Amino acid sequence: MRGLLNGVVLRVTLRAAMSRKRAVLFALPAILLIGVAAVLKATAKGTAWPPDVLSILGYLLLALTALIVGGSVLGAEIDDGSILHLLATPVSRRTIVLSKYLAAVALTVAFVGIPLYVASAIAAGAASKLTIGLLVGALAGAVIYNAIFLMLTAVVSPGPALAIGLLYILLWEGLLASLVPGVGLLSADHYSLAIANSIAHSSALQPNLTVGTAVGLGIVVTAVCLALATICLSGFNVKGGEVA
Amino acid sequence: MTTIELRGVSRWYGNVVAVNGVTLTIGPGVTGLLGPNGAGKTTLMHMIAGFLVPSRGEITVAGRSTWRNPDMFRQLGVVPERDSVYSFLTGAEFVTASAKLHGLPAPDAAAGRAISMLEMTEAQHRKISTYSKGMRQRIKVAAALVHDPEVVLLDEPFNGMDPRQRLHMMDLLHVQGEQGRVIVFSSHILEEVERLSGIIQVIVGGRLAASGDFRAIRRLMTNRPHVFLVRSSDDRALGAALIGRPAVSAVELTAHGLQVRTSDYGTFTREIARISREAGLRLTQVQPSDESLESVFAYLLAS
Repeated sequence: MRGLLNGVVLRVTLRAAMSRKRAVLFALPAILLIGVAAVLKATAKGTAWPPDVLSILGYLLLALTALIVGGSVLGAEIDDGSILHLLATPVSRRTIVLSKYLAAVALTVAFVGIPLYVASAIAAGAASKLTIGLLVGALAGAVIYNAIFLMLTAVVSPGPALAIGLLYILLWEGLLASLVPGVGLLSADHYSLAIANSIAHSSALQPNLTVGTAVGLGIVVTAVCLALATICLSGFNVKGGEVA
Repeated sequence: MTTIELRGVSRWYGNVVAVNGVTLTIGPGVTGLLGPNGAGKTTLMHMIAGFLVPSRGEITVAGRSTWRNPDMFRQLGVVPERDSVYSFLTGAEFVTASAKLHGLPAPDAAAGRAISMLEMTEAQHRKISTYSKGMRQRIKVAAALVHDPEVVLLDEPFNGMDPRQRLHMMDLLHVQGEQGRVIVFSSHILEEVERLSGIIQVIVGGRLAASGDFRAIRRLMTNRPHVFLVRSSDDRALGAALIGRPAVSAVELTAHGLQVRTSDYGTFTREIARISREAGLRLTQVQPSDESLESVFAYLLAS
């Protein structure tokens, strides 16, 4: 990976993400997921709830966290201009994008993937197929969502990128993908569900595509998004210059 | 010899022209980019640094284009104007990170040297968020100089510095220039450029208004027509006395006093007291009324 990743960019990105005020939001998925799992485990009568509740809540929180994290690792620095300190170095733009992307994936896994695993372990057991399936689906989701949202901040400015990302999660994936089967072909949520279901084999996880298609499309979407982000950062035009 | 070359460089945003057909060559030494706020200095700096693509024209540093050429930053150090740094890092961490990003073999030692050069050793282990604006400027300069670049671009580097820090920074840049580096800094303050730079490029309204030796341009600035507001015990009588003098080109009686236009700044300021005394009048006010930098630039542009 030498040459593709830069340890300084990775560490600075992780510290920047954790130093922002919005970092307190990162604790919310863990509180919600583990709290809901513990409460339902203690109060719910049947055993059918974990796949439904954890896949819907867990993957929604995964998408929203990736939107905040993936959208800020590059977007926040473009917004405040500190990206210039990074761009004024000979580090290749591809390395900057990949290092920031890796930081975003790591943060998303830490703040949603692991809590989702813990919540599912409380609900269905640490080694259950559901728990392992949800974790692997979450890892795949973190990889794909962050590539999409990082690309959005590089292609359009960070503000609109956040709005577009939110529309994608709530409208495209939340509404259209469940109503129109073909829409699932372009849904990171459905890729995650298909991958999770290939291990969990739960009727509650209802992807609109096969695991093979999900993996193939997930790889293509991730690669295309990272390539686009690299192209945009290579031709980055700073804003905020004075105009006569 | 390392040079920065701009050939017919323009940059526009929609219908708004920020930089208009600038052609210039900047060689080793300290060069000041002087112009009022909004003149296009930052846009020009961004284009030279490769942070902004010119709409038209060509820019090279040491014969190579800076656009889409990150490798160029091995020779180039940039201090952006915006006061945005990684404030969660300490000063030492920030400069060391810059040294590592430039691939220096001994980043800690290089960072230590740059920090010491900027007199930031004492504060280096404090978080940048606790720094004053002047200290943030200095740590940005340390990060830009850490890899000992041949070309350094500094956009308004003296902003927020106190007079002592300003003098120290000027000395530092002066030494860097004397060592053969190409140092370009922008400023909207005439005195800063005057103290530091022998060569200036004056940018007004996105155009290169004047270029060359500072003393020649200063002379042009001094010899331009000046307007004074003069008040006395009898403005009408003083106006009559002044209009006959060769140094005075126009006199206008206004509600606020006499507006006197002179083509010879030195002679007028020496003679005005004597003329009023000879006319038996008492002077109460002699005030230059067009000393703003903008009026100086407007004159340079017109000439």
